[in-house]
Amino acid sequence: MRSSGDWNRASWGGRIAAFAGLAFLHLPVWVILLYAFTTEDRTYQFPPPGLTLRWFEVAFAREDIWAALRLSLSVAAVATAMALVLGTLAAFALARSRFRGRDAITLLFVLPIALPGIITGIALLSAFKLGGIQPGFWTIVTGHATFCIVIVHNNVIARLRRLPPSWIEASMDLGADGTQTFLYVLLPQIATALLAGGMLAFALSFDEIIVTLFTAGHERTLPIWFFNELFRPRERPITNVVAVTVVLVTLVPILLAYWLTRQGHADERN
Amino acid sequence: MLRGLSAFLYGRRGFYLSLLLLPPLLWLGIVYLGSLFALLLQSFYAIDEFTARIVPTFTLATYGQLLSHPANVDIILRTLAMAVAVTLAAAVVAFPIANYMARHAGPRMKAFFYVGVMMPMWTSYLVKVYAWRLVLAKQGVLSWFVDLLGLAPALDHALSTPVIGGPSLASSYLGMFVVFVYMWLPFMILPLAAALERVPESLLQASADLGARPGQTFRQVVLPLALPGLAAGSVFTFSLTLGDYIIPSVVGAPGYFIGMMVYQQQGTAGNLPLAAAFSVVPILLIGIYLTLARRLGAFDAL
Repeated sequence: MRSSGDWNRASWGGRIAAFAGLAFLHLPVWVILLYAFTTEDRTYQFPPPGLTLRWFEVAFAREDIWAALRLSLSVAAVATAMALVLGTLAAFALARSRFRGRDAITLLFVLPIALPGIITGIALLSAFKLGGIQPGFWTIVTGHATFCIVIVHNNVIARLRRLPPSWIEASMDLGADGTQTFLYVLLPQIATALLAGGMLAFALSFDEIIVTLFTAGHERTLPIWFFNELFRPRERPITNVVAVTVVLVTLVPILLAYWLTRQGHADERN
Repeated sequence: MLRGLSAFLYGRRGFYLSLLLLPPLLWLGIVYLGSLFALLLQSFYAIDEFTARIVPTFTLATYGQLLSHPANVDIILRTLAMAVAVTLAAAVVAFPIANYMARHAGPRMKAFFYVGVMMPMWTSYLVKVYAWRLVLAKQGVLSWFVDLLGLAPALDHALSTPVIGGPSLASSYLGMFVVFVYMWLPFMILPLAAALERVPESLLQASADLGARPGQTFRQVVLPLALPGLAAGSVFTFSLTLGDYIIPSVVGAPGYFIGMMVYQQQGTAGNLPLAAAFSVVPILLIGIYLTLARRLGAFDAL
């Protein structure tokens, strides 16, 4: 009766397909890592004829890369700071309240990531053109903050909803006022969610290209530098090195954020 | 002072809520909705053909141009076809991965799979596109691998197919399709796994006990229960493919896609009204798709 197609047991075929799929997801990333060390600088020859650390040194000395990196980091920092304030306020307001128009507001807080980035980009550009605003640092930040707010809001609201309301009531019953309850009960509980949301927002902003190309004007963030390089393939080895660096800069905060939100889940179970 | 303030606010819940909500609401309301409105406005503006200046008078000519030029209609249909193909393929490729991680893997293996799916999802988007250029390039990883398996004739055959083929994978719709599926696959796997996790084991046992073959159980029990997850994932794959302009310009054939048209029209062509009109198309298509997905219960799984 129990054939190989039993839906409650993993078949070998299913297992192999799952692992093959996972390998498919990971391979390109490993390819980039490998190519950053290749000695071949003109073609994409695989396997690489030899390995070297030289390109890291060359890329390290490039002032245009450093300038782009500095711009990306400062945009991400400012956008994340704005998103932390605005996203948290929104999460507090929307977590447990019921009022008319709430669904419409919730939709508004999903829209910037539900619609493709190109819509946000061209819409902001249209508005800047109408308003006669010159694109630059602050227009990039405006675009990034808009979707970063959504990320922070999602993270904080998920945590607030898991927080038992009885804790706040207990705190108030025991004589703490609103400020004390916020500082000693609420804040420690949402701290990791804030940190995780902030890091995700930072990584997303650091890596953003689709909106940024519309709002950057003549400024060059690191992704824009990288995008231009794709059409000027003379400096492949340096592009490879920057690619590896970008992967590391975005992946570390994201893995930390993941770990922090998992901690939150674990605490809840105890 | 703070104590007084918090007591004051505690008594006036509505006032307190609006005080919290006002700054973020103003930001998204003015910056985001305002921009969307500006976009809509621009799409109705005229453009002076000689000076290439935007004239703020109401006209439907841009939309007329959008729908009457066969080239523009082709772009819309090509993008839509790609979005549908990518969505279907992502669902098929995602299913075994989601099924294994949600229902068969042990706790450790499950955690391994979740992190394993999320890591590539969060890896820099541009770097992944670039990586695919390395993989698909002539002499690149893929052709090396294909040669190793002795599958080169099969690849040549696929590339000689009209429409989807091309001189190499890196410059064909086939290659672009593979990259799209790769990029959005995690967005399909995660909601699908969440839906499959909720399928009770007993239902499948009952189905088997009542004599259903595995194929029947799949079609009549697993698939209907997984549908909300599939719908939720497909919203991502569909919407992301419709709006993307980086992938078609880095990998793939010379034919234009909606996103590329929007980017090019506002940039080098300087025709913001046409770019705006083009960007209204994905909004409409996504609106239609979301309505359909909602009927399938897609948002219960989010």
